[in-house]
Amino acid sequence: MELAVRGLTHRYGDMVVLDDVSLHIPAGEILCVVGPSGCGKSTLLRMLGGLEQPDWGEVLQGGTPPEGCLNPLTYVFQDFALLPWRSVAGNISLVLEDHHLPGDRVRAIIEDVLARTRLSDFHDALPRQLSGGMKQRVAIARALAVNPAVMLLDEPLSALDAQTRELLMEDLVALWERQPFTGVYVTHNLAEAVRLGHRIAVLSRRPGRVREVIEVPGALSERQAGDAGLEAIQAHLWALMRDEAMAADQELLDA
Amino acid sequence: MPEIRVPFRGGGFRPEARRGTGIAVFLLLLFLIEWGTRTGWISNLTLPRPSDVAATLGDLARSGALWTHLLPSLSRLAVGSVLGISAGVGVGVLIGLFSYIRAGLVPLVAAIFPIPKIALLPLFVIWFGIDEGSKYALIALGTFTPTVVATYGAVDNVDRGLIRMGQSFGLGWWSIVRKIVLPGALPGILSGLRVSLAIGIILLVAAEMLGAEHGIGAYILQAGALYDLERLFAGVVILSCLGVLTSWAIGKIEKRLLVWRG
Repeated sequence: MELAVRGLTHRYGDMVVLDDVSLHIPAGEILCVVGPSGCGKSTLLRMLGGLEQPDWGEVLQGGTPPEGCLNPLTYVFQDFALLPWRSVAGNISLVLEDHHLPGDRVRAIIEDVLARTRLSDFHDALPRQLSGGMKQRVAIARALAVNPAVMLLDEPLSALDAQTRELLMEDLVALWERQPFTGVYVTHNLAEAVRLGHRIAVLSRRPGRVREVIEVPGALSERQAGDAGLEAIQAHLWALMRDEAMAADQELLDA
Repeated sequence: MPEIRVPFRGGGFRPEARRGTGIAVFLLLLFLIEWGTRTGWISNLTLPRPSDVAATLGDLARSGALWTHLLPSLSRLAVGSVLGISAGVGVGVLIGLFSYIRAGLVPLVAAIFPIPKIALLPLFVIWFGIDEGSKYALIALGTFTPTVVATYGAVDNVDRGLIRMGQSFGLGWWSIVRKIVLPGALPGILSGLRVSLAIGIILLVAAEMLGAEHGIGAYILQAGALYDLERLFAGVVILSCLGVLTSWAIGKIEKRLLVWRG
């Protein structure tokens, strides 16, 4: 499935957060959205999945979702959003329960996604028993369980330490290689963007506009940390964002 | 080489379990009173001797009078608080979920909350009769308001991120309420129950003092009228035990239902 964003504009009160944003996300490709803090990238992502309504403009979906898709537009959240009172398996079954699938089908889906995220041994663990990286794996497993057409990832690795982030990046690449999904990956981390994005959209600071969309060459699985070509793209992105990031940092929050 | 050891400045500000301290304080106090009344340092009119209170309690249990007073009290407390708490949780959840109900009922609850419910007993006697009905109503109303306030506060505190997650996976409204909002509000509701039940016990005694043949409140009132301090304190001890027991029971329920909090 593919997504298109046309002329998206949104205000909170007097403040324009998104100004005429247009983007195209072709099927089977990951688009990373980067920008300084407060550029409206999370707002944009919420609009992509229908969790927030834009003042103007529209989000369009095209193509048919894959067979057995229970929830075409599926999020992975920065804070994991796991129910603390449900076990790992219970958190995954939560998103299947409303679809009235037969019991053995549900169990098969849960076993499958737990195996794909290497969580099979943690079937009955509670979220509080898991590390941050494991929690995000559970959230990814939950997203995979509904067989999504588009994955909407909202800074999924930002709450994790650097080593865990590296491991989960490899996991995400492996999952995409196994079954290429359409993805929108919002992050402020440029290293993640160049590793996981087929294309990278750079948003400007308030009001958020698309400044540039950069193609990143090379297959996801062949990209390594420290690759010279990727470093060059990352440096270019940073040059685009540096002044605005500085301005964002020095702003009073309630001004 | 530096030679002064860095002094330790951390620690503290973290309550830890100290087993037996509570009982020790309690026993010490009892011992002091016993000793004081035996030596005459505390006069018989000021405080009864703890051993006499214990003896009175023993007599009460042996003669069976304990049960003729305790059972009606317990059933009044149970019926009244079950009515009040279930209505309170229901209304509290509705206030938490619907803006119109919130706007309409929150001021009303705020108006009812501070009324000393005991002042309404004459009215309840007219509405619900002099028998059990007015006592149930009094306890129900008394437990209702704190339960409502605790419940809608608990619903408000449910992580909105979890609710957005539910919506993003296409969960239905009822599924979100049942599987996300209610379990998320449970800790707050349970801690509100502690307050509600304590208020329930206070109102139980007050209602029984104003008109009941049997019941802990009636027993205390009779003892007070005769200035029988041993029996009065025996009644008070029973009430304290009732309070400790309900608090302990809620603690057990919390442990059972809130395993996930660790």
